[in-house]
Amino acid sequence: MGWTPSGRVVKRADELVPLYPDAGAACIPLLHEIQAEAGFVPEEAVAWVARRLAVPRSRVAGVVSFYTMLRTGKIGRHHLELCTNVSCSLCGSEVLLSEIEKELGIKAGETTKDGLFTLSEVECLATCGMGPAMQVGDTIHEQLTPQKVRDIIQNLKRAG
Amino acid sequence: MRTYLTRNFDNPAARTIEGYEKAGGYQAARKALSLPPDAVIREVKDANLRGRGGAGFPAGIKWAFLPKDDRPRWLVVNADEGEPGTFKDRRLLENDPHQLLEGIVITSYAIRAGTAVIYVRGELEAAARCLESAIGEAKAKGYIGPTCFGGAHALDVIVHRGAGAYICGEETALLESLEGKRGEPRLRPPFPAMVGAFGNPTIINNVETTCAVPSIIAMGGKAYAELGVPMEGGTRIFCVSGHVLRPGLYELPVGTNLKSIIFDVAGGIRGGRALKAVFPGGSSTPVLRPEEIDVSCCIDGLHAAGSMIGSAAIVVMDDTTCMVRVAWRLARFYRNESCGQCTPCREGTWWLEQALTRIEYGTGTTEDIAIAVRACEGMLGTTICAFSDAAAMGVGSYLQKFREEFERHVSEGRCPFHSRFTSNWESS
Repeated sequence: MGWTPSGRVVKRADELVPLYPDAGAACIPLLHEIQAEAGFVPEEAVAWVARRLAVPRSRVAGVVSFYTMLRTGKIGRHHLELCTNVSCSLCGSEVLLSEIEKELGIKAGETTKDGLFTLSEVECLATCGMGPAMQVGDTIHEQLTPQKVRDIIQNLKRAG
Repeated sequence: MRTYLTRNFDNPAARTIEGYEKAGGYQAARKALSLPPDAVIREVKDANLRGRGGAGFPAGIKWAFLPKDDRPRWLVVNADEGEPGTFKDRRLLENDPHQLLEGIVITSYAIRAGTAVIYVRGELEAAARCLESAIGEAKAKGYIGPTCFGGAHALDVIVHRGAGAYICGEETALLESLEGKRGEPRLRPPFPAMVGAFGNPTIINNVETTCAVPSIIAMGGKAYAELGVPMEGGTRIFCVSGHVLRPGLYELPVGTNLKSIIFDVAGGIRGGRALKAVFPGGSSTPVLRPEEIDVSCCIDGLHAAGSMIGSAAIVVMDDTTCMVRVAWRLARFYRNESCGQCTPCREGTWWLEQALTRIEYGTGTTEDIAIAVRACEGMLGTTICAFSDAAAMGVGSYLQKFREEFERHVSEGRCPFHSRFTSNWESS
């Protein structure tokens, strides 16, 4: 048996739907909630959201494939999202990218074998004055150097 | 200089409603709600407040566009900050959430909107939480709710998070996304003022634009206008990043000289190097060469210089920077973020990235330069929204103004610069 909605997700849907004139508007907030719990958006969840909001399943699937933050598969426990857009690149994030790739033994877009880290290159994180920047979960690390990046990875490894 | 938008940035207490009120907050909202709504619109018109998100449309005039029918009106605040180089909204949301809420109370009263949505970029989860907690405080005090400040204005405020799509900063893509769909821009007309959120008349304003409203009401529209230049009033937040000594956010009068922002305010180029290029308003605005930066940072000033003020994101590049690599990075960004709806944009950004990748990595030919130029030409004025134009004007300006660097890459069969951008810790 695959995914079934948790009590929390069901309750969240009940809260979200009346907020908007059209139930379909609850789609993205609800998918965020599901992903926060399951780590990604399972296929069964797409069908459930579509039924709950009374919209076609293709519409929900289309939303999941459109938005960068929504995922259809598992990723590592810690998601390292390094900005390589212009301002951060100008301040060295390309160098950091290869440092992290070396340190973890993976390329951007991959997950370590132990399932601990996923590394992604992302677009502008809106903290350009403090670049290079990397988001890990909901924490933003700024003014990074190779040493700081190695420390962050070591600390996450220790935390498990 | 006195600051307005950023006056509470160094006052952490102002993040709570008590601290914000102690610093003079919500007085402007009380004042506005004691005036007729049209008088509030008049002040904003007098202030010459132009949209700070990039398009620069006069806010007061936009507000007066709403049709006079009885459909419910919506106010949408665009907090989908994503233009490369722009980092002001995050700070406005996190450091002074009540300033935005006060701007929302005043704006919604002026345009008679009963619902306001703050569409927050998905990645800015912490900012969304700051807003939610501030809304809770304002509701508890009766500043937001069925009777704002005990008067007849009823307002509900919803924080709605996106999920990672640059195009949702485009106002009609944002509306699609708010309605729970893919962020694909809509054809206009109808404009959002007529048919916006859920088919209702809607005004969409940028975070910084909305945050300017309390100061306008507090000091009066005419006094606010005088802070800026004719036709464009007030101050704005310049986001300075890249190879300057002191990157950061600087609130300065509209019309401040670009050269002075880079060399006086932000301390000039790091390591005593020479300036090579600047994009003055985010990555979608045409790049300027050093001899072109003695200009006034306002809509008209940068227009005359052949560029745009955009989101006032000034990205500075020194003489170690490879312009082909910058153009390639941007092309990759636009290819990634194109919504794919219009063929010229979907295909054009792909061809552009392919050609620039070959040039930057040493296998490019003169035909690739021509392909890139033609791709840009085909993307101008051929699509539903301005994304394609922005990509073509932004990336195209590098091909035009730094053509010799593209030709050198081709003739030498490699990147003649440091293979990657040099970092601060390497250069210092």
